[in-house]
Amino acid sequence: MAVRRLHPDQPKSFAFTPENLAWAKATMAKYPPGKQASAVIPVLWRAQEQEGWCTEPAIRAVADLLGMAYIRVYEIATFYTMFQLVPVGKKAHIQVCGTTPCMLRGSDAIIEACQSRIHHDQHHLSADGAFSWEEVECIGCCANAPVVQIGKDTWEDLTPASFGKVLDGFAADNPPKPGPQHGRTASAPEGTPTTLTGMLKR
Amino acid sequence: MLADKDRIFTNIYGFQDWRLAGALARGQWNGTKAIIEKGHDWIINEIKNSGLRGRGGAGFPTGLKWSFMPKADPRPSYLVVNADESEPGSCKDREIMRHDPHHLIEGCLIAAFAMRARTCFIYVRGEFIREREHLQAAVDEAYAAKLIGKNNVHGWDLDIVVHHGAGAYICGEETALLESLEGKKGQPRLKPPFPANSGLYGSPTTVNNVESIAVVPEILRRGATWFAGLGKPNNTGTKLFQISGHVERPCVVEEEMGIPLRELLEKHAGGVRGGWGNLLTVIPGGSSMPCISEADCQTLTMDFDALSKLKSGLGTAAVIVMDKSTDIIKAFARIAYFYKHESCGQCTPCREGVAWQWRILERMAKGQAEKREIDLLFDVTKQIEGHTICAFGEGAVWPVQGFLRNFRNVIEERIDQRIASETRQAAE
Ligand SMILES: Cc1cc2nc3c(=O)[nH]c(=O)nc-3n(C[C@H](O)[C@H](O)[C@H](O)COP(=O)(O)O)c2cc1C
Ligand code: SF4
Ligand code: FES
Repeated sequence: MAVRRLHPDQPKSFAFTPENLAWAKATMAKYPPGKQASAVIPVLWRAQEQEGWCTEPAIRAVADLLGMAYIRVYEIATFYTMFQLVPVGKKAHIQVCGTTPCMLRGSDAIIEACQSRIHHDQHHLSADGAFSWEEVECIGCCANAPVVQIGKDTWEDLTPASFGKVLDGFAADNPPKPGPQHGRTASAPEGTPTTLTGMLKR
Repeated sequence: MLADKDRIFTNIYGFQDWRLAGALARGQWNGTKAIIEKGHDWIINEIKNSGLRGRGGAGFPTGLKWSFMPKADPRPSYLVVNADESEPGSCKDREIMRHDPHHLIEGCLIAAFAMRARTCFIYVRGEFIREREHLQAAVDEAYAAKLIGKNNVHGWDLDIVVHHGAGAYICGEETALLESLEGKKGQPRLKPPFPANSGLYGSPTTVNNVESIAVVPEILRRGATWFAGLGKPNNTGTKLFQISGHVERPCVVEEEMGIPLRELLEKHAGGVRGGWGNLLTVIPGGSSMPCISEADCQTLTMDFDALSKLKSGLGTAAVIVMDKSTDIIKAFARIAYFYKHESCGQCTPCREGVAWQWRILERMAKGQAEKREIDLLFDVTKQIEGHTICAFGEGAVWPVQGFLRNFRNVIEERIDQRIASETRQAAE
């Protein structure tokens, strides 16, 4: 189990933007009548996307919207590890996979790069507030290890050098194209594919 | 080697268009109505005859599972697709969702029809954001083309809702997934009742893996005998293998069930880094499965039965390869850390036991344990196994048991080295 608690410093309030509120209501309507609590993860996720991290006022606002007790949404925020309970870097929050398949292909060096370039400890902001990092468990891209997720995308087949370019790219607001950083396609073996060569032509 | 004509996932690498137009060009949604017209029981029987076993880890026969759903029940029936793919080593459902999502959507329609379900939820792990975007776009296309939804061309109304999590491996366990889908913490339920009797919102529910559902349309189009003719008896068909770790070219590839491990690695992944002789061990089916000794790797075939004979399992067919340079204690300590991190915490043997496992393995990695603790660790794993609410308990201890069976000598040597260096220092 991971012990996760809310941050001591919280903003005063939270309100969904009108677009996000409309989106949340449409999402609630996807579930059977009376089962709108099913929407709690997507709606809280939207709140996090709006704020950058998962704040206590947002947790309450989501509970009020869904007709749930505050404690139930608080439990969601602390149980599911993608909810960021402390503020994250303004330009990028780096999630480095450190699980064994990534470890076997060098994720330790990626973690060391985070420590030297961002902050020694995970979940801490870099001096300029632009970056933060954390070690996460397997993100389901193991045939493209080692990998980091930043926002919605993954950068794969990393080396310390190519990871450095990813960080430089975010610093300059011009990150490299996500996906494999070695020039292969998705999880096809590098070089000539061993199967489906007939599909190569577009 | 499997011939390309026998491959189901012809766009697994995304070389071609993943959208509806591309899917239609590859033969998907072809004759779906005729399949549905053959009726609920015909479909379930054909899937039984194909020998398809669940691709989510346990290998339970898919047709049989479907037959457990009630035929006349006042409650609605649900199909829930498990797209939580979080087992370390596993990365196949991701490729289906982002590169060939219509296989899955067509499969959802047919499977839901077979089980008389009008609603299907697809639970995608939170991290798969781009994959979910593709899947949702494909679902939207299917609605627009009247392939699914109300009054669709196939004559069976079906709604598909793409749902997602937010980072919790345990939500792959089917009852934890249902809890999560109901808006709660993903903590597994006690069974019975099983989901077929009381699942989502207390209604009859079947949970299937993405790959299990995505292969259904092609099986029915080409016939159960085609699928059953591939692989081995009781281990039929094709399978997406995921090869990670110390190979020259890691990849995901569709192959025939029962392919020899060595052939799989050498044909598709460029072989073990440094040559076959440099192989130390493999984990054959995702991190929950015990590792295989180097000797057994020589002749190993990749199917459910061969692997369970070796006290391991095919799991998700995620092959994690380790060569002789691996610090094997560290590799397994990291797996133990994963389980410590992911335990949902509701049963004491699991919550406390897996944390204890991890701490002792970390000490063993530094040679700081006592030799008697090797047996003690094994004993603790036996106290966890079979004493928990869900199979996470087994998944967390099997890798450690396999490690202890195969690498006891490495732990002992490291302890000896530590003692020797302490003695040397004391003497100096
Ligand atoms: C801890 C744990 C995690 C699991 N994770 C997954 C998963 O990510 N995806 C999956 O399909 N099945 C997973 N399973 C298996 C499911 O509980 C269930 O057996 C499976 O989804 C059934 O589908 P199938 O019959 O098509 O294989 C997991 C099981 C356990 C105990
Ligand atoms: S075995 Fe572990 S993961 Fe499963 S219910 Fe018990 S505490 Fe939760
Ligand atoms: S172990 Fe890193 S993505 Fe799976």
